[in-house]
Amino acid sequence: MTQATLTESALDPAKAGYNYELPAGEPWLHLVKKGQTLRILDLKGNQAVDTLFYNAHDTAERYSANDTLRAQGNIYLTTGSQLLSNEGNVMLTIVADTCGRHDTLGGACASESNTVRYALEKRFMHSCRDNYLIALAESDTDMGKRDLVSNINFFMNVPVTPDGGLTFEDGISAPGKYVELRAEMDLYVLISNCPQLNNPCNAYNPTPAQLIIWDGE
Amino acid sequence: MAEPASTPRSDGLDTSLLLWEEFVPGGGHWSGVMKRGTTLRLTDTKGGANVSALFFNQEEKLERYNMADTLKAQHTAYLTRGFVCYSDMGRVLCSITADTCGWHDTICGVMDAKQLLKKYGTHRFQEHRNSMYRSGRDGMLIELGKYGLGRRDLVANVNLFSKVIVDEKGDLRFQPGNSKAGDYVDLRFEMNTLVILSTAPHPLDPNPEYAPKRVRLTAWRSGTPDTDDYCRNFRPENQRGFYNTEVLFR
Repeated sequence: MTQATLTESALDPAKAGYNYELPAGEPWLHLVKKGQTLRILDLKGNQAVDTLFYNAHDTAERYSANDTLRAQGNIYLTTGSQLLSNEGNVMLTIVADTCGRHDTLGGACASESNTVRYALEKRFMHSCRDNYLIALAESDTDMGKRDLVSNINFFMNVPVTPDGGLTFEDGISAPGKYVELRAEMDLYVLISNCPQLNNPCNAYNPTPAQLIIWDGE
Repeated sequence: MAEPASTPRSDGLDTSLLLWEEFVPGGGHWSGVMKRGTTLRLTDTKGGANVSALFFNQEEKLERYNMADTLKAQHTAYLTRGFVCYSDMGRVLCSITADTCGWHDTICGVMDAKQLLKKYGTHRFQEHRNSMYRSGRDGMLIELGKYGLGRRDLVANVNLFSKVIVDEKGDLRFQPGNSKAGDYVDLRFEMNTLVILSTAPHPLDPNPEYAPKRVRLTAWRSGTPDTDDYCRNFRPENQRGFYNTEVLFR
């Protein structure tokens, strides 16, 4: 693996309009306006922050992992990555990243996929899809399961090898690492702060994440 | 249509089990329902074909092929014999029971009309009739629309016959020549499944000419898998995936 280029941000959290600590294992659905900047901060290290984006004015337009990866010709997300929608439009740009790379192939955990991946009796453990479903059910967005597509896992390390292998590796993140995204359209941001206890994506220890939003210039 | 039972086939398929056979032209789109216990063989008739595919539970179309669950459950970024296509509900929609080309892409999605125009230029119906250029996205949206489905349902798809590797830096590299004339892949359906197909070019195909290839579809009654089935035992995760699937039909 090549060494990623890390990019720091000049933004001051003291001047942010929104600053919230999202506990481990909880959902977050929030409107982020065009021009605003969202920082996702890994407070304790190796937390997976499962994230989806929707055009706030037409939620059938949403983040597309396939289109994003194909357009940039690379499977890892970092500074400079443009996050594309299923319509080929730029939804956000990653403007700072002190972690180095983020996954968008591993998807979110769910009760049902946990039964396949680990054991049938894992069905009743809390999961990202449970978070997504309850957040959408309680919202006024008219969205639901049909709107859940392949997401981004910020701070998660899922390397793919040239012979086609895919593994969940120990995280490359650490306490205080962050990624910052500039919204290029009005967006719903849907996050599950991953509660997975069965694999090393979050060092078997889900922890809180800080979510900070600055207004544009 | 099925040939008379007495006519032997060059590919050795038992004609008494054959359900139907048809061709999809290059750039075309197709949909249909495959019942549990049937197999669909897709054959690349010319070499270099691409078939973009999506799978839905016919009875509950909210349940659909899930790229991430398929990849992470089987620790793979591509598909070949032994791997299965998982739904988001931990069930197996279909299993790859035979494959002569060895790699099917799961990452790259489909090309849309804007990209098609940029890559190949204008080639519309008015001048070219049914040899007009068609994008994978439009083809799949048309087929999805026949079942009340649309943009929200056009999720990450499989690109059969196409090979794209990820190098050490994470760069995507299309590998031409993955599929030769006569290569085929068999999908055995473990659930009653709505199948959506497009034979438009792969979005990373470096060929500057629009040259999608004709594909043959052959369906037969293959039965449900035994306990010693290759795909079921390919990984311990798949044994649980087959269990989840089979309880749905008890």
